[in-house]
Amino acid sequence: MNTPDWPDQIFDVLKRAGVRQIAYVPDAGHARLITRAHQDPSLQAVVLTTEEEGIALATGAWLGGVRAALLMQSSGVGNCINMLSLPANCRAPLLMLVTMRGEWGEFNPWQVPMGQATEAVLRAADVIVHRASTAGEVAPMVAAAAALAYDSRVSVAVLLSQRLIGAKQFVTQGAAP
Amino acid sequence: MSAGLDRREAVAALLAGRRDFLVVTGLGSASYDVAACGDRAENFYLWGAMGGTAMVGLGLALAQPERRIMVVTGDGEMLMGLGALATIAVAGARNLAIVVLDNWSYGETGGQPSHTAHRVDLAAIAKGCGWEDTRTIVDAAGLDQLARALDRAGPIFAVIRIAPGEKPRVLPPRDGAFLTQRFRAKLGSAEP
Repeated sequence: MNTPDWPDQIFDVLKRAGVRQIAYVPDAGHARLITRAHQDPSLQAVVLTTEEEGIALATGAWLGGVRAALLMQSSGVGNCINMLSLPANCRAPLLMLVTMRGEWGEFNPWQVPMGQATEAVLRAADVIVHRASTAGEVAPMVAAAAALAYDSRVSVAVLLSQRLIGAKQFVTQGAAP
Repeated sequence: MSAGLDRREAVAALLAGRRDFLVVTGLGSASYDVAACGDRAENFYLWGAMGGTAMVGLGLALAQPERRIMVVTGDGEMLMGLGALATIAVAGARNLAIVVLDNWSYGETGGQPSHTAHRVDLAAIAKGCGWEDTRTIVDAAGLDQLARALDRAGPIFAVIRIAPGEKPRVLPPRDGAFLTQRFRAKLGSAEP
């Protein structure tokens, strides 16, 4: 499988948008972006124990005049819900990049409930949702989402579909009974 | 076990003469205690988002490395976001202090005992997360030492044992957008 370009393109978009803090819960789909963030001395990469920490971090960064972005997997969206009231009340921007599980060729049934609920849950919490399904649309979509979030001071999530990322392979060959 | 310090006097002692501190407060009595010392633009009060106060402090601390950031919150609010103690220690911000006002109970909801009433030790948890300076303060001498430590660089996690009981409520502004804009304007980062 070829290494996709879109993670590096996201990194470039975030840099151009002036993002200086990147918070994340480790995730295979974001692995390349996380590595790039740690390698860049002009960025502060913050590893979280749970995704909601990153919502609060982003609001604190904004208070201090700095832009933050938050990387997570769809399962982590469910951990964020009450904390989303923080940027909403504060008219603080929030940019979330969410790698999707539980929707395209998913092997692990435990990923399906939250994966299927992700978009509805975000919209219910007043987060604007974009969804990227092809590699070519990722960079312009993240750039637009960043502008929307930071300029209009709203919460925006870009869902990176599982079809784009590729279903996680647990077994190399054959089918289970 | 001592009766505990007076929460208003303890917070006032920490903030007195430290007008340059950026202060983030957790919902409930911690916000009222800081507001009782005088509302100011450099105070950011959470009225909800329980469990998020310490992480707001971290985002701010990383964004403003030249300033001292002080988080003031309660034991219940801190307990809801314990993972933040690990995250903050790993992030390594040198300018963040967390002060937990510990009355062993949930004051806003009727005084139900919190986990600290059952011997959960917040300072020990912070120490286990890698915080360099952790302390539990039970008397005026300890409070004075904490106040002086706040004036030096370095991360601090302090639990102050305070007496149970409600104080008269001093309600700070609760419009988050107003508080945010006022705070940013004070730091020179407000946008048109």
